Amino acid sequence: MSITLDPKIPAGPIEERWTSHKFNMKLVNPANKRKFTVIVVGTGLAGAAAAASLAELGYKVKCFTFHDSPRRAHSIAAQGGINAAKNYKNDGDSIYRLFYDTVKGGDFRSREANVYRLAEVSVDIIDQCVAQGVPFAREYGGLLDNRSFGGAQVSRTFYARGQTGQQLLLGAYQALMQQVSNGNVELHTKTELVDVVVKDGVAVGIVTRDLTSGEIKAWSGHATLLCTGGYGNVFYLSTNAMNSNVTAAWRAHKKGALFANPCFTQIHPTCIPASDEFQSKLTLMSESLRNDGRIWVPKNFDDNRPPDQIPEEDRDYFLERKYPAFGNLVPRDVASRNAKTVVDEGRGVGPLKNGVYLDFSESIERLGSETVFERYGNLFDMYERITDENPMKVPMRIYPAVHYTMGGVWVDYNLMTTVPGLYALGEANFSDHGANRLGASALMQGLADGYFVAPYTVGDYLAGLLGQPTVDVNDPAFTSAVQNVKDQMNKWISIGGTKSPDYFHRELGKIMWDNCGMAREKNGLEKAISEIRALREEFEKDVRVLGNADGVNQSLEKVGRIADFFELGELMCRDALMREESCGGHFRVEHQTEDGEAKRDDENYSFVAAWEWNGPDTPQTLHKEPLTFDYVHPSQRSYK
Amino acid sequence: MNLTLKVWRQSGPNDPGHFETYQATDVKDEMSFLEMLDVVNESLIENGREPITFDSDCREGICGTCGLMINGQAHGPQKGTATCQLHMRKFTDGETVVIEPWRAAAFPVVKDLMVDRSAFDAVIEAGGYISADTGGPRDANEILIPKTAADTAMDAAACIGCGACVAACPNGAGQLFTSAKLAHLNLLPQGQAERWKRTEDMVETMEMFFGSCTNYGECQEACPKEISIEFIALMNRDYVRSKFKNRKLLGQK
Repeated sequence: MSITLDPKIPAGPIEERWTSHKFNMKLVNPANKRKFTVIVVGTGLAGAAAAASLAELGYKVKCFTFHDSPRRAHSIAAQGGINAAKNYKNDGDSIYRLFYDTVKGGDFRSREANVYRLAEVSVDIIDQCVAQGVPFAREYGGLLDNRSFGGAQVSRTFYARGQTGQQLLLGAYQALMQQVSNGNVELHTKTELVDVVVKDGVAVGIVTRDLTSGEIKAWSGHATLLCTGGYGNVFYLSTNAMNSNVTAAWRAHKKGALFANPCFTQIHPTCIPASDEFQSKLTLMSESLRNDGRIWVPKNFDDNRPPDQIPEEDRDYFLERKYPAFGNLVPRDVASRNAKTVVDEGRGVGPLKNGVYLDFSESIERLGSETVFERYGNLFDMYERITDENPMKVPMRIYPAVHYTMGGVWVDYNLMTTVPGLYALGEANFSDHGANRLGASALMQGLADGYFVAPYTVGDYLAGLLGQPTVDVNDPAFTSAVQNVKDQMNKWISIGGTKSPDYFHRELGKIMWDNCGMAREKNGLEKAISEIRALREEFEKDVRVLGNADGVNQSLEKVGRIADFFELGELMCRDALMREESCGGHFRVEHQTEDGEAKRDDENYSFVAAWEWNGPDTPQTLHKEPLTFDYVHPSQRSYK
Repeated sequence: MNLTLKVWRQSGPNDPGHFETYQATDVKDEMSFLEMLDVVNESLIENGREPITFDSDCREGICGTCGLMINGQAHGPQKGTATCQLHMRKFTDGETVVIEPWRAAAFPVVKDLMVDRSAFDAVIEAGGYISADTGGPRDANEILIPKTAADTAMDAAACIGCGACVAACPNGAGQLFTSAKLAHLNLLPQGQAERWKRTEDMVETMEMFFGSCTNYGECQEACPKEISIEFIALMNRDYVRSKFKNRKLLGQK
């Protein structure tokens, strides 16, 4: 298949592109909108927002989630906040500055036009959410409050205590449920996508498995939107929810959608260190904690004194020391890598020496314990439940963990994948964060895509399909996809091996974390690829799935997702191996400056790596979308 | 530590169900309750027995997916804590732990410890929203909201929809859940236009699914987000008022 990657970026000055593009897009008249069926998969911020907005416009929406309710999507766990260029604080913020910060923060590996649009619609998101009743934090005068966040020098982050993601998701969920009650959205809960159906090169629908009854069913639509989140769980231990997976995006990839920048993974600096082998996931502590907490480790190796007995002169506030301008607020990748450095040096803290301190004592002295507790109380409570330590008294222990994946399905400016009619929104796509995402920008992107981008661009595509019915679900394209899925399910059950799906997932995660985590090098990546292959072979021979396919079977759900993680993990390593530079979250040991900072190679690697599936036994083909920077000129990032 | 688990097993909604006893050995203090169950499940699979089905997702106490009756208490012994955030240091060596699904008529068992909570979605669908189509709103700071109102709305909005309130209630009532959403929306200026219709519709939908509230207060005790039953009082007051207001709004006295 010959593929030309056309990002379809509109012409003109960057400030006018989205406005003129919106004007140039075709419209569907209100009476015709109801003739179009749009399938939305996933009900996180992007999915719920898109489904609600498209239904409000009058399209017939079929919305799918594997959760028991749309409100459970993992967007709900985002704590810190959402960025918007409102400049309510009069501290010099603007759309252009948010755009600039995001391109720079992404280490010059994102698409300028997309990022500008993101910054532009950020202000509308706040208006929209407030109108829906999202209870953002307020000042005493009744105005919205803001705080600053890692990677930015202005206060542009809106928040609802430490539960911003929850409140934004509930807003979108409620808008969605209103459309369900109006009959504009047909909602299918406990229904998981198991295949994307493509006919004559065009996306025509999906195949799902009902997680309660086990029924495999085909659904037909004029357009399909994948809003299915990121793939951080390929590492087994991450801050993602237990069930988060790559399956929707990966099955789309196997049906022709290119997968972009898979190795761009964000490691979040402020998570609770792992405590043992049985650990099922890692818990993130919002990085807003870095606003008032100071990060340090003992200066000396093997300093086993309790933190309060280590005097100032024996502490190393390593971020403040190395980056005086940004201090503890350096971007996530920089903070994470520095924590790894000091832990690798043997200066880690805690029983397993696998963390660094995040200390609030100075803030408590400055602001009073009441203010500090008001800001972070729920996070402190959460930390105490897990570790049995109170951060008001003892410094927190934190360590980086996999948190977000910047890579994802390749999309053009309209968020359409390389398969016409198939879109990817939110974390599932690759487009806006480059090689590193700034804090409080994931919520912004999910909602921007769902509320303000897809409703326009999907309409533009549908306008061209006027008069065409959806493809019949009895068409061979659907029936053969359904049959393949059934055969695959039966195959998993019939293996009857000796080890649980989780065992293989854990082992895969270890390979990925050791070799494709915070620091990557050629030998390690090559070793990982062969180890993944060997483990996959064992998995296909020795996995044990009990029960049957005709009802609730959580092992069967897991095994299919893990199979996709195997293929993805290998591609991530190959992508990391190909990218002979360090940028953002991708740190190649071979490519660093003298003082250990990431060293980009703009001459050779200023492109999006988009991989094309060639079948299970042939490596993917690399396609390159060159990146040009007309506004924010690439420079070595410096947070000193 | 070693524990004896008595776990409810039920193959489907129509199966009468029964308890099975398992040994959980070498349980560590730092394990969460669900991680302890993960380990038990691994050993069940190893022995060729079907693992225990239970729901969980974020394991950070925010998505509301998990929820077990542990020794007869919704989410177990620790106050203000969802099952996934409960850690094994709260248990003692040699203890017998009884694990059941949510017990409520409105939440039928799907399998083992997994229940169907779609009745909650039906209550939200009945009016748990503020109509604000995408794209229309004015600037966010044009709506002034006193900090106290925003804070109280947030207290109510913190509900995670886990269903512990219903499971803990001897009547299986849905008042705490419904009132939390009503308080969140009814306290905000944006929520006033639909306040009375929302209240009437949500309360009456709730009554189709759930039992009646008789002020036991168990819901507030079980709630992992410690949502106050004061919101139920607010809901009751708004419900009575809605009966008059809605007639008035229709032009009737």
